[in-house]
Amino acid sequence: MLYDIRLAISYDYDSPAGASRSLLRMLPRGSADQQLLMGEVSTDPMPSWRRDGVDFFGNATTEVAHDRPLREIEFRFEGRVQRNAPLQGLDLSPPWPALAPEIAAIHSVAPDAPHHFLGASPRLPAAPEIARFCRSVVSEDMTALTATRAVSDALHALFDFNPEATEVTTAPIDAFRARAGVCQDISHVMITGLRSLGIPAGYVSGFLRTEPPKGKPRLEGADAMHAWVTAWCGAETGWMQVDPTNAMDAGLDHVEVALGRDYGDVAPVKGSLRSSGSHTTTHAVDVVPVG
Amino acid sequence: MADDLAPPAPRPGAVEALLGEYRPTPGIPDELMRPDGTMRAAWAPLISHLAAQDPETRAASFARGDQYLHDTGVYFLQSDAKGGPMPRDWPLSHVPVIISGAEWADLAGGIAQRAELLERVMADLYGPATLVRGGMLPPELLTRNPEWLRPVVGTRPRSGHFLHLLAFEIGRSPDGSWFVLGDRTQAPSGAGFALENRMASGRIFPELFPRANVERLAGFFRGFRDALNGMRASEEGRVAILSPGQHTDTYYEHAYIARYLGFMLLETGDLKVENGALTVRTTRGPVPIDVLWRRLDARFADPLELDEGSALGTPGMVSALRAGAMTMVNCLGSGVLESRALMAFLPRIAREVLGEPLKLPNIATWWCGQDRERDYVAANLDRMMIGPALSTRLPFDISGTTALGGRFRAGAEQSVADWLAREGGALCGQEAVTLSTTPAMIDGQLVPRPMVVRVFAARTPQGWTVMPGGYARIGQTDDPTALAMQSGGSVADVWVVGDAPVSLDTLTAPQRDGAFSRRHPGLLPARAGDNLFWLGRYTERAETAVRILRAYHLRIAAYGETPLPLLEALEAHMAGLDLDPEAPLPEPLLAMFDHAVGCAAGVRDRFSTDGWNALNDLARTARDLATRVKPGDDAARAMSVLLRKLAGFSGLVHENMFRFDGWRFLTIGRALERAIQMAAMLERFADFDSPSGGYDVAVELGDSVMTHRRRYSVETYQNTVMDLLALDGDNPRSLVFQLAVLTEQEEKLSGTGRASQRGEAARALLSLRTELEIAAPDALTADRLAAIRGQLLQVSTMISTQYLG
Repeated sequence: MLYDIRLAISYDYDSPAGASRSLLRMLPRGSADQQLLMGEVSTDPMPSWRRDGVDFFGNATTEVAHDRPLREIEFRFEGRVQRNAPLQGLDLSPPWPALAPEIAAIHSVAPDAPHHFLGASPRLPAAPEIARFCRSVVSEDMTALTATRAVSDALHALFDFNPEATEVTTAPIDAFRARAGVCQDISHVMITGLRSLGIPAGYVSGFLRTEPPKGKPRLEGADAMHAWVTAWCGAETGWMQVDPTNAMDAGLDHVEVALGRDYGDVAPVKGSLRSSGSHTTTHAVDVVPVG
Repeated sequence: MADDLAPPAPRPGAVEALLGEYRPTPGIPDELMRPDGTMRAAWAPLISHLAAQDPETRAASFARGDQYLHDTGVYFLQSDAKGGPMPRDWPLSHVPVIISGAEWADLAGGIAQRAELLERVMADLYGPATLVRGGMLPPELLTRNPEWLRPVVGTRPRSGHFLHLLAFEIGRSPDGSWFVLGDRTQAPSGAGFALENRMASGRIFPELFPRANVERLAGFFRGFRDALNGMRASEEGRVAILSPGQHTDTYYEHAYIARYLGFMLLETGDLKVENGALTVRTTRGPVPIDVLWRRLDARFADPLELDEGSALGTPGMVSALRAGAMTMVNCLGSGVLESRALMAFLPRIAREVLGEPLKLPNIATWWCGQDRERDYVAANLDRMMIGPALSTRLPFDISGTTALGGRFRAGAEQSVADWLAREGGALCGQEAVTLSTTPAMIDGQLVPRPMVVRVFAARTPQGWTVMPGGYARIGQTDDPTALAMQSGGSVADVWVVGDAPVSLDTLTAPQRDGAFSRRHPGLLPARAGDNLFWLGRYTERAETAVRILRAYHLRIAAYGETPLPLLEALEAHMAGLDLDPEAPLPEPLLAMFDHAVGCAAGVRDRFSTDGWNALNDLARTARDLATRVKPGDDAARAMSVLLRKLAGFSGLVHENMFRFDGWRFLTIGRALERAIQMAAMLERFADFDSPSGGYDVAVELGDSVMTHRRRYSVETYQNTVMDLLALDGDNPRSLVFQLAVLTEQEEKLSGTGRASQRGEAARALLSLRTELEIAAPDALTADRLAAIRGQLLQVSTMISTQYLG
């Protein structure tokens, strides 16, 4: 699939915000399953300083600074992405309880090494309640991939998709107890749960196509940036991406932007705007198939 | 050596008497005594010196050291019972630890080797990670470690090195050899405290010290200072020390070192990354920083790329570091080397990386993420301390989640064996070591007490140098296990004593080639300027408050509390300063002193010890007086005490402070506040409508009673009071005088005198000054004075915006 994608995130301030510096992760990743054909990240107004780079996990970053106080600012990505269907073969992953020795055999701290994605990460402390729930929906004979999908399905059934229920800073345990939230919350809970089972799991930010193909339902999360989960299912199978918000494997409808341990590693805009007043944020996404 | 300079010899038997009760624990090595009970040679001069002193002389010597430490105001913060920070008096154990030069040379070799090893490990962990790939180090010790900073991975430090200053906590094991209890690589503290301990021991042993062949510390600091200066990209580049600020436990040391070495002391709010470069906001605009000596833990350094929740950080710091915009000492991410579990792997890594074994071993450590090691720890619980593998605390700094000898400290329910089985990867065992003992003088007796020593290594162009001395910590009890170190205790100087006399050395000794380094006294961080500006304003406001309280209580004493219009006017004026007439020393007055101390505390590196002590004394005296002073005459006398102390403080500051920008802000703050308060006071007491007796109050508050009498030879009246207190340019309390000070100092700050370049504040000040210079006394009505006061308040805002924002 070819997609034309537009993302705009804008901030409006009641009183002008002082000199600012922002770190953006808005450019889609290149991978076996997708290529960025063209496109760029920009800001309005133009930054007084800019540096593009790549972070530890291989995400494209753009650092921008604005010297002058701003009343409003918009961060944009516009571009075209080729998305291929991920290979769907037989499930050759080992039973999830057998992952540990496979992980231990990997002597690597490279960005895709499973070690980064076990244990707590800054936004995802261990949560026994989530661990117990996830343990209750998997059995020991399940493969790692089956267990991952089982947790995804169970959380999909459990959660009420409700943008009013949570905020970007909501702790996963609170979303879990409320059984409500958005893709970020459901993904965070799922990652916490998978890690408690010993399945390495990370956070993927990205896009969903805005309008579904004919005859298919519109997916939840298509109006803003979306999030799903990547799970390591053994040395043979490697990383698999699953979308718990829609209870499906990530596929042709998903465009990957950034990957990390949790939202903190992939936030599209991290900023340090000094403003005494409050601000409002708007967030618009368009993912249009062009062939 | 002339005989009259020779130390008094101890009486026969005095040494034996002094050491008679000194009984080291069998099996535990002692620094002073060999196992056979004889004294080690390096200690002989000190012990002989102590033995020659009678108890009174000795007590007086020790008191000199304590007095020195008290006067310098050295402290570190400790948590009080409620968990809040509380400054603690410096707990000096007066008897230094003595280590022979020969033994020290071996130790220093081991330290330098370990420093080099850590540099190589650091470069690997943030580079190719071959140690992980080669199976020398388990990946989870990095990937689960909050101190392994992914944003720093791949960074190549501009200086070529990651580590520049390290500290090592060392102890002596039962076989007499030294070992490392912990590596301090993040932002090691203690070197400055070691220097303060040295200053104190020099005062305790003024006769002994110069002839005791004690290695001097200054050379180490000079070498490190020169190394830092040498890492600047250009001569114009600047070195600064980054502190978390005055609420951090070792802030005293940050300020002390900054002053001692002549570097700017900064907080993260002073810094900004601009066009990829790290700059400091000074009162003269942004200035680039070239070398940053970081005393702040890395994770707080940059909210954009490190801990998002950090309120302290400088956005873009990591990016600037990665791009090689500055050299950081030590590089962000160096905290990972402090992880306890790393010590389980260092011995093997040393053989692999350096091709030789560790000369200085570390505390035996087993990471419980490996089956064999976990089983070993489980089988030897009784001689293990078990705690978090990634903790950076020293082994004896024990948290609730530590098991000791197979038992939990916090009485957790699960058994240690279960704990090891379930969470092995997150745990490590460390041998429950014992330490050597060293003499401490307690109740007039020398007694053995356990000790650890922190030693310091600095990178110079010639390689690692080790400070010949250190910072010893002495246990509170005679418990020889390392646990004795966790509950307070005391600190001591460390003397490295050689066989030959050492030459005098100070930091300021001229260099051989005659070169000297010139500092930039004009450069002032905006935050420091702000603190000094408000220090000036608060102390002046306090003086006004004290004067008005004195005037009020004198009149209460004279007239009683009969409702006179003048008393009412005084009360109304006091209300304007939030001063309650019922309280002789109202809380808002005490708060003004506290605010002044708070401002000074933020600029300790720029403030003389005498000035600091005078200010603290003032605040303490006021608090003390508040508990016992009665209204009327008693209160008036108390105010006179405070006025004298205020004058003492102002004298110290204005007589002794170098006329750099910091002094100007202090002076501007003071003059501005004085003008504002004078205008308010004249408005109320020197108007045609002021109550009877008001003119006298005005002259009294303006501290000009005698001048008025001599000068005008008439009763006080509106025109004479106005002439003297508003318009007389020779009266240091008049409005015109303040405006002259303000315009002159502001002009020096802005560096301009030409009208076309004048800033907003300069124009406003000049306009006010002109208005007053040409005003007639009777034109200064209450309304006019109120308007002047309003303009002065605006000037305050303008100066803050222009220089201090």
